[in-house]
Amino acid sequence: MIERPLYSGPYAHERVSVRRTMLLVVFALLPATLFGLYQYGWPAIFLFVVTLLAAIVAESVSLWVMGKPQRPFLLDGSALLTGWLLAITLPPWAPWWIGVVGAFVAIVIGKQVFGGIGQNLFNPAMVARSALLVSFPLEMTTFPAPQPLLSAQAPDMAQGLAITLGDTTQVDAVTSATTFGHVKTELTRGAGMDEALAGTYSLWEHLLGTSSGSLGEASVLLLLLGGVLLLYTRVISWHIPVSMLGSLALLATIFHLINPSLYLDPLFHLMAGSVILGAFFIATDLVTSPVSVRGQLIFGAGCGVLVFVIRTFAGYPEGVAFAILLMNASTPLIDHYFRPRVYGRDRRGRPLNHGDGEDRRP
Amino acid sequence: MKLFRIRGGVHPDDRKQLSAEHPIENLPLPPLLHIPLQQHIGAQATPVVTRGQLVRKGELLARSQGIISAPVHAPTSGRIMGIGGYPAHHASGLSVRTLTLKPDGHDEWHDSCVGAAAPFSLSPEEISTRVADAGIVGMGGAGFPSSVKLNLRHRYALHTLVINGAECEPYLTCDDRLMQERPDDVRDGVMLMARALGVRRVLFAIENNKPAALAAMRESAKAQADLQIVGLPTRYPMGSANHLVQTLVGKETPARGLTADIGVVVHNAATAAAVNDAIRHGRPLISRIVTVTGRAIRRPRNLHVLIGTPMDYLVEYCGGFLEEPVRLISGGPMMGQPLPSTRVPVVKGSNGLLALSASEVNDGAEMPCIRCGICVRVCPCGLVPLSMVATIRAGRLESSVRLGLLDCIGCGSCAYACPSHIPLVQHFNYAKGELAAQQRAQHKQGEIKRLIEARTARMEAIKRAKQEAMRRRKAEMDGKKAENADRRAETAEASR
Repeated sequence: MIERPLYSGPYAHERVSVRRTMLLVVFALLPATLFGLYQYGWPAIFLFVVTLLAAIVAESVSLWVMGKPQRPFLLDGSALLTGWLLAITLPPWAPWWIGVVGAFVAIVIGKQVFGGIGQNLFNPAMVARSALLVSFPLEMTTFPAPQPLLSAQAPDMAQGLAITLGDTTQVDAVTSATTFGHVKTELTRGAGMDEALAGTYSLWEHLLGTSSGSLGEASVLLLLLGGVLLLYTRVISWHIPVSMLGSLALLATIFHLINPSLYLDPLFHLMAGSVILGAFFIATDLVTSPVSVRGQLIFGAGCGVLVFVIRTFAGYPEGVAFAILLMNASTPLIDHYFRPRVYGRDRRGRPLNHGDGEDRRP
Repeated sequence: MKLFRIRGGVHPDDRKQLSAEHPIENLPLPPLLHIPLQQHIGAQATPVVTRGQLVRKGELLARSQGIISAPVHAPTSGRIMGIGGYPAHHASGLSVRTLTLKPDGHDEWHDSCVGAAAPFSLSPEEISTRVADAGIVGMGGAGFPSSVKLNLRHRYALHTLVINGAECEPYLTCDDRLMQERPDDVRDGVMLMARALGVRRVLFAIENNKPAALAAMRESAKAQADLQIVGLPTRYPMGSANHLVQTLVGKETPARGLTADIGVVVHNAATAAAVNDAIRHGRPLISRIVTVTGRAIRRPRNLHVLIGTPMDYLVEYCGGFLEEPVRLISGGPMMGQPLPSTRVPVVKGSNGLLALSASEVNDGAEMPCIRCGICVRVCPCGLVPLSMVATIRAGRLESSVRLGLLDCIGCGSCAYACPSHIPLVQHFNYAKGELAAQQRAQHKQGEIKRLIEARTARMEAIKRAKQEAMRRRKAEMDGKKAENADRRAETAEASR
């Protein structure tokens, strides 16, 4: 916190701040989140609140340990956003400690050990999600079918509290496989793609969000709405989402055309799972993505390719988190090699020569 | 006309409406004028008047010194009260050699101020000599002697003169008013400069946010077939010479080069008016138009001000401050200079006096960089400002140069748009200064080393010479001894 020196301009400043940026992302996530909370009712609401609180407590404790001021860093909204992103990528009826452990992993290991805001190499929410998935595979892959708030089968507040506190009996009753999970299992059993797809959600259900999945990833439509808001407010640029979705769609199309009974329809790749959430909100994480346009295109394309490879060939049914983490690791390299061309110089950094061969200087 | 795109840039709230509708007013004579001898890039001028001397308006006070320099003239008639130190028109507030003139109120012109009867029949040399003698420097703020730029024709094959009427800095409206109120003077100045440069094509660029100025210049330019008025998209830093030329011509100026490398010379619109005054009326550069504005100023105005007028006199004329300004700036808010106080005088490059209130500055506490990449997106030079700051903070100035530190034009777009409120330009200026200091130190060290080596060699030579002399003397002595011994032996033998 340096007092702004007096010597150099500019002496005017755009009305922007770190907090505004973070809160805009939170705001863009709001529609999808509210819909998710509605779809999964009280247990989801409890888990969401617990995760957010844990993230903020973890941030506060880290700041205290490091001797940094609490106010500016707690109010910058970054811990809130990390907790929020983590919460909406969790199975909605997961027990409370999943949220708490995840939030501490995200904030402490994912962010603060690197030196706090802006210093982390990996997206903190994805670090936590991956750590949870590897450590607690059962809890992290138990997805309930949507039970909209106030609907007949939905758990009431007390039941919701019980679920969040770890009562699994109710969860087991309504578990439902995600599209990718189901397809993967069926294909492994030797079934054809048509057969595998028959037992799961339709594209329409993914678009609207009535399929099962993580808390906030269900509704493609609402996520796109949030993404458009981020693009409109210029918090993100189009390069990462477009190159990520584009490369995924391209690969999926090629493989689908080669063998439709083994490889999923590209539309499912785009609509099911968390790729839309990943493309607009997680891969575009400002801190962990490249800063130049070309770098962002490469980064996004890399994410798309990895998502496809993990979904199709690896053991996990979904690979957005892993794909983004792998590309995060290459961000410093991308930033080093793909810088914009400097004005008056060619790509290799030599002063331009306009090719008229005429040296006008004496 | 087809325009070319430049990269980056920002759209700051220009707040030109504060002063844009106020016609230019003549500021009354101040009680004292403080005229610095250094108002330009280059060598300081040398005074040719003495204390107590009476001078007339337009009389030479100090002549230029060297190739890149500019003379200084008396803004009005009066008595020279002294030559000494006075706070400079600079952030440091250090004192510079300044002439103090007490106006006598007659405002009488000196006899030397005679205009050319037929300006357009003057030769290019005559035009550039008259411009040099009139002390005209770039009036957009940089203050580079204009005649030096007019003489570029000797060294470069020039084809286009670009007149910068972009006035892309927020707040400033002095060029806007000038172009609206004196379009024919500006036009004639432009055509005289075109004649001096020997170019056929003149592009007069004005940002589209100044429709009245555009209309006035278009009307005035109808008489000149070679003069084309071009409306520019409004974007900061459109007025950066390199970017303006790229927008108009579509070519980038090579790194570390001049726009003249691609055959273009850029002059400011206000400079053109000064050239016209100098050549047609014989009036040296002794006054200029200054925009006094900002929310902390009671009555923002465009004032015609004598060079050397103290800033507080301008503020007083504009009704004083509404509130204590948080920033007091000479020039625009993007690239202007903070002023240490309102005592400093107006100089040839002062295009604005800004008194900004807290709401305009929107200062925020500095936060860590979140790598949002906004600075990369807005940089008109294709740099990665966040990496440059990181290397500068780590003390690796060489790396920051490799990243393009010296290609930075200091426009401040990055710092303007940074959500973390990081003072990027401050870091860059620090690094540029530090590099220059290092180079000076290195040069000094090299010189010292050279001198020491020379001294050692000299000492060695002296020592060797001494030894040589000793040896010779010894040899001589030995020879004498031997001779004596021989002689003694001879004598002994003889006496035997």
